[in-house]
Amino acid sequence: MNLSSYILPIFIGLILIIGLIKKVDVFSEFIEGAKENLKVGVEIMPTLIALMTAIGMFKASGGLELITTTVAPIIHKLGFPAECVALALIRPISGSGGLAVFESILNDYGPDSFAGRVASVMMGSTETTFYTIAVYYSVTKVKKTRHTLLCSLSGDLTGFIFSALLVRLFFVI
Amino acid sequence: MMKFVFGFMIIVSIFFGIVSGNIDEVSNAVLQEGVNAIELSLYMIGGMCVWGGILKIADKADITKMLSSLFKPIAKLLFKDLNFNGKAYKAISMNVIANILGLGNAATPFGLEAMKELEKEEKTSGTASDNMVIFTVLNTASITLIPTTVAMLRLKHGSPYPLDVLPLILLNSLISLTVAITLAKIINSIRSRK
Repeated sequence: MNLSSYILPIFIGLILIIGLIKKVDVFSEFIEGAKENLKVGVEIMPTLIALMTAIGMFKASGGLELITTTVAPIIHKLGFPAECVALALIRPISGSGGLAVFESILNDYGPDSFAGRVASVMMGSTETTFYTIAVYYSVTKVKKTRHTLLCSLSGDLTGFIFSALLVRLFFVI
Repeated sequence: MMKFVFGFMIIVSIFFGIVSGNIDEVSNAVLQEGVNAIELSLYMIGGMCVWGGILKIADKADITKMLSSLFKPIAKLLFKDLNFNGKAYKAISMNVIANILGLGNAATPFGLEAMKELEKEEKTSGTASDNMVIFTVLNTASITLIPTTVAMLRLKHGSPYPLDVLPLILLNSLISLTVAITLAKIINSIRSRK
């Protein structure tokens, strides 16, 4: 049992109850809304294909691994668990990739080890930045995203650094 | 910007694949990732349609209006010169609420609608507006009360207290969001002065 299994159904139930009380034609409104989002979904497909192909090729070439193993020793000296470097690198790029690395850290070091906790905090407090930016702008005609990526990545970097600091501060290991 | 990221990544991958002897895997990735992308889209579109439908009902029953007024004080700090009665703001507030409740799949369709409406309302053509930047940055930081995936995986790997990192996650999200938004605000104000 977990709390979040309740949130979703109750949220939907409330909307339907209020809708029916206010005499909204809930069925045809649902269809209308679903139809609109179907179109949006098809619009973002090409972006997804392009991004996932590029990222998949990069991962398959071993490039990501090379970067991780090169950078890890330096970062470790700064007090950041080396095991989490791969997570920090892949998290902004790939959702499923991040999940896979997170899973392997929990598996290898345990969820309540220093690395496990830092990885948990990193995973929970950051997003798949590149993907989010690409998908969000793909429904508009915007070509110049200006400082979106710079600001988002600064946020991610802050999140990665603070995840290690906060875990050190709150859990005495 | 995307053209460089996309082109650079693929060229580097091909070069590196040849050098490291992983060219078979690279070649497979070309064939496979498109299929994966369509598969992922199908999952996403399913969820998006359900949420689009639910939102439409919520909208007709004035629930979105109610929820968006709750978020207004914070939104006024974040967004400059936004029409708080417009469609864009309605979608923005639903997106933020879905994110906070941990309904990530629900948040995306609201977010995409918000971007479309922002584009219309702010008449941007080709260049992102200040509010678009702020809104996207807001979505690249993850503000969630209950990060379900993390909690579930910690439980699966035998943590006796899978939820004990939750306060840290929330605190960490707020810190990184503050840094990202502050930076965006500073750059916005520098550019608008020119």
